[in-house]
Amino acid sequence: MKREILLGDEAIGLGAIHSGMSGIYGYPGTPATEIFEYVERTTKKAGNVHAFWSTNEKVAYEEALGMSWAGKRALVCMKHVGLNVAADAFMNSAITGTNGGLVLAVADDPGMHSSQNEQDSRYFAQFALIPCFEPRNQQEAYDMMFEAFDLSEELALPVMVRMVTRNAHSRAAVATRTPRAQNELHPDKEIKKWTLLPSNARVQYKHLTEKQPELLRRAEDSPHNELHLAGRSGVLVCGLADNYLRENLAPGHDLSILSIRQYPLPSGKVRELVEHVDDLLVLEDGYPLIENMVRGLFGLEGVRVKGRMTGEIPRTGELNPDIVRSALGLPPLVTAHVPETELANRPPALCKGCPHTDSFRALNEALNTFESPQVFSDIGCYTLAALPPLEAVHSCVAMGASIGMAAGAAHAGYTPAVAAIGDSTFAHGGITPLLSAVQQHVNLNVLVLDNGTVGMTGTQRSMSTGQTLDQIILGTGIEEEHFRIIEPTPRNHDANVEVMREELAFDGPSVIVARRECIEALKHQAS
Amino acid sequence: MEKNIILAGVGGQGILSIAFVIDNAALDAGFHFKQAEVHGMAQRGGAVMSHLRYGDSEIYSDIIPTGRADLILSIEPLEVLRYWHYLQPDGWVVTSITPYVNIPDYPETDDLLGELAAFDNIVMIDTAHIAKAAGNLRAQNMAVIGAASDLLDFSDEQFLRFIEVLFARKSEKIVAVNQRAFAFGRAAGRFFRELVDHGMPRLAAIKLAAKLAPETINTEHAAAWAEALGADQNKLEAVLAETEAVACDQAAAFA
Repeated sequence: MKREILLGDEAIGLGAIHSGMSGIYGYPGTPATEIFEYVERTTKKAGNVHAFWSTNEKVAYEEALGMSWAGKRALVCMKHVGLNVAADAFMNSAITGTNGGLVLAVADDPGMHSSQNEQDSRYFAQFALIPCFEPRNQQEAYDMMFEAFDLSEELALPVMVRMVTRNAHSRAAVATRTPRAQNELHPDKEIKKWTLLPSNARVQYKHLTEKQPELLRRAEDSPHNELHLAGRSGVLVCGLADNYLRENLAPGHDLSILSIRQYPLPSGKVRELVEHVDDLLVLEDGYPLIENMVRGLFGLEGVRVKGRMTGEIPRTGELNPDIVRSALGLPPLVTAHVPETELANRPPALCKGCPHTDSFRALNEALNTFESPQVFSDIGCYTLAALPPLEAVHSCVAMGASIGMAAGAAHAGYTPAVAAIGDSTFAHGGITPLLSAVQQHVNLNVLVLDNGTVGMTGTQRSMSTGQTLDQIILGTGIEEEHFRIIEPTPRNHDANVEVMREELAFDGPSVIVARRECIEALKHQAS
Repeated sequence: MEKNIILAGVGGQGILSIAFVIDNAALDAGFHFKQAEVHGMAQRGGAVMSHLRYGDSEIYSDIIPTGRADLILSIEPLEVLRYWHYLQPDGWVVTSITPYVNIPDYPETDDLLGELAAFDNIVMIDTAHIAKAAGNLRAQNMAVIGAASDLLDFSDEQFLRFIEVLFARKSEKIVAVNQRAFAFGRAAGRFFRELVDHGMPRLAAIKLAAKLAPETINTEHAAAWAEALGADQNKLEAVLAETEAVACDQAAAFA
């Protein structure tokens, strides 16, 4: 048996390859990026898996669904907030159902290490009425891919595998299996299933609801949902929270435990546990989804349900072994005697020589004639310009939101309405709001920071950079004299400030592209 | 047996290379292991850490519980302070004394080293000095593994082999530089501990060790240095005043 050292993300990727996946789809986003990167890297030579980053998560999902339609297995991977972008295709793919196995690997970020929220993707699985696996370690991440693809093909439904940052970015040795061959092309010509006109959609939705008892039966019988009845104190533990529980259990403990790693929630097993205990602690890394389901609106008669809603676990943030220890009522471990010191923070910062620094220095100066100017920003390395010393941007909400929000502020009469967005984020979510703004002749100024790559997640390929980017921008119908290109360097500072001032003075839509290659990407090319 | 290690440093210093070597050695030795790391935003010059755990039975949590760390292994002195509450009562710290200053409120180096030197179970090495002597300033991370190697559970052969695996795709020269940094780091760590065991204050011990030529450092001279300098600050200053690095066998010259 071969054992490989893999990140949880990589275990997902290898599990998918060994399950006979023919295509992987996604958009970079921490903590999911390494799933795709691993597959891209390891299948490059053989060339037997389609692996090109998509423009955004919605496109990725639709491409994966197309491959499933054609009868082959596809993996689509993204971070939790990426699923919001893909939600339209995702929700409806549960209605159409699938043909070749379709697995969605989504990595949540409890604690918001690299994200703007900590939304829990298990709600999406429940919402779409599809099965969900929640591996607690790297080996399970690998093994569950086989099960997820098989289950997807048996039930003709997409299947979610939910990761969280901690297992996505943690390495361990994984025992691997003999790879399964890829599917042959066998397109699904059942037209009505795939054509969600209301008359067809109603039929398909009924099919989906009729599959639910089978999904539940699978979860009840799943070896991943383990019930151990002992004393009158119970713990219901989901996914990798099981590790934090085991970490703190003394040998010979008397807790009754239900560990859950396959959904829908196996209500039969939950009932057995609930009927056996007087109090029940629910441990889940994410929202109190299961906790609230078990407690219901009015509480559970005869059983005290404890968790995030009752204060035993903090309402927000990532779980860890210390939090679980305290929730179990155990004293903290003794630590070495170390002096308490006030510690200088070391926040992340733009790299030395980063082109964004020069762009924002120029923008700050160009805006210094305005009182308290507002720059709507987007999601990428350049969001770090919100921090000192630059403090050049003043919002970060969603992919592409910079342009839409600047347009809305301009509609309200706010000037200058400035948006800052990177080249890849522009491809992802910036094109449509710019088209809107230009067609409405909104008075806004868009700064596109074209560094030719997806910098923050590790210099993946950008879809709209250089000439492609210019053509897209011009294609929105913007006046050519208000489409400017500058090179952000310290030497060009004064000239760049001048260009920005000119466009700020113009009453209408303008776009300035600040174009200079990411220095991190340059380093990668050199090595 | 279970060993829990916090790897600490600043984004770009090579924490994950340390993790690579220990992960592979752990797998090779037949241990269970888990190693959680930080990706994404924090890597841009921010504080970076990794939890590395190995042992002979199953490792559950990817994160080390507070009070369970056996060792903090840091490529940067300030970063030690960020994590040392993780240490169990008998835990050890192995750290570089080379500051990575990319923030305006970085503390005075002497204050920082003084604070660290007050901790009983600490091994301090000057990684910049060692890595330069080994042939590349970027090899500081391997010097830290070297200094920690006596506190880990692997053979020299295992360390050197996985350093080779790690750097093989770059060049033979880079492999040799990193293996040398490992060996110098280990010698410097042992020498520091030996000086302290012979009664030299830790701050004096690290200052002395940082002045000696890394390729000459050998624990067998530690007793002679401890005896030669004693607690005499002036004698230490005389060594530090030398313009060139001092050979390790020259203790008698400063007695």
